[in-house]
Amino acid sequence: MAATVLKTETIHIKSSSDVVTARQQVRTLAIELKFSLVDQTKIVTAASELARNTLDHGGGGEMDVAVVENGIRRGLRLTFRDHGPGIADIKQALSDGFTTGGGMGLGLGGSKRLMNEFDIHSQPGAGTTITAVRWK
Amino acid sequence: MSNLLKLIQESRASVLQNWMEGIRDLSRRRGLIDERELEAQSGDVLSAIADVPADTNLSNIDLPAWQTLKELLGTLSAARAVQGFSPSETALFVLSLKQPLFELARKHWGNKANELFSEITLTNDFIDKLALYTTDSYIHGRDQVISRQQEEMLELSTPVVTLWDGIVALPLIGTLDSSRTQVVMESLLQAIVQTNSRVAIIDITGVPTVDTLVAQHLLKTITAARLMGAECILSGIRPQIAQTIVHLGINLEDVTTKAKLSDAFRLALERSGRAVVRVSKANTSAHAAKEL
Ligand SMILES: Nc1ncnc2c1ncn2[C@@H]1O[C@H](COP(=O)(O)OP(=O)(O)OP(=O)(O)O)[C@@H](O)[C@H]1O
Ligand SMILES: [Mg+2]
Repeated sequence: MAATVLKTETIHIKSSSDVVTARQQVRTLAIELKFSLVDQTKIVTAASELARNTLDHGGGGEMDVAVVENGIRRGLRLTFRDHGPGIADIKQALSDGFTTGGGMGLGLGGSKRLMNEFDIHSQPGAGTTITAVRWK
Repeated sequence: MSNLLKLIQESRASVLQNWMEGIRDLSRRRGLIDERELEAQSGDVLSAIADVPADTNLSNIDLPAWQTLKELLGTLSAARAVQGFSPSETALFVLSLKQPLFELARKHWGNKANELFSEITLTNDFIDKLALYTTDSYIHGRDQVISRQQEEMLELSTPVVTLWDGIVALPLIGTLDSSRTQVVMESLLQAIVQTNSRVAIIDITGVPTVDTLVAQHLLKTITAARLMGAECILSGIRPQIAQTIVHLGINLEDVTTKAKLSDAFRLALERSGRAVVRVSKANTSAHAAKEL
């Protein structure tokens, strides 16, 4: 079922201070939606991981954060877009410990576990779009 | 192609003089910049305009030919932000170039309404674009000032403290992002050496988000401290952070963790062969009595 968008904001991710802004924006909306402290932390952490991937691996891009409604449920939907190199093997990228950049290789798989819905669209050479939703 | 460019090239000195008259107030009123410096800057800007090939298009400032001009305006505006100019004063610097350029156009095409109109429109758009670009650069410059100040503040707020002989603690507060984390962690390692400490407590009570980057920095620091002969205790892991760490799959099994700083301190004392004991009332009074 398609979700109704109640509110959406866009943040450009061009430097590591934008990652901080992205986190703050997501936290503000998560608080507004009255997510529990644990859920707030989960969403903000996932946002932090995905925003940093957008910056470090995708060469920068943007994040849309949307308050969505699906029937009686409300949720927060994060969309990260970049026009970087893309992900050739999504399954491999999601597996714990896989990294091409000297990280821990946990960010992508970890944020999938932190959210309820997680969807990666990526084409090598054309960029990556990741959509993640957490419902209340 | 703009004929105005050629005119500017020919009458650079008088344009500069007229422009200076318009902006002299800027330096007089606020005293933020001295007049000679302002004149030098204006001269540079004017040269950057006049020195492009005469057939350069004025309507597209993204052309490579305008690169020098844009870079110059970019640096100037970022500097204005640091010097304390307001955004409108910064834009005004560029906008006040309109007057002398219109004047120039009027002198030359005064009796040819069509040409005059099209040259003025072109010039007007050109200067507006430059002014917008200037404002963007100004904002960027100010953002940098703000984020540097924030960084400095955060660094000040995370000193390494010696809790006891041989025990140091690093109470981390605020957002941990690469550059600052590096500095903070290095200062902990340095403090370990200087104080010859065997136990270091890293307290993350004040850290709102622990993601893989923060975790990696923490683990690296803990490993480095270990190599220097100091054991680290990670404290202040709040329930929500603990859950998130588990979901992320970060392995902290090799790290000693405590929920509270006080627990970590107690453990640190134990490890260094000390203990905190409650002094009973009887003992205290006996002690007091002896002293009398
Ligand atoms: N937006 C993206 N564009 C291109 N490649 C990406 C993108 N996001 C992730 N990847 C690829 O997937 C890999 C795994 O990502 P993941 O976030 O799990 O680990 P990491 O970023 O390398 O380290 P960390 O654990 O610090 O996040 C990355 O190393 C990178 O190769
Ligand atoms: Mg990552």
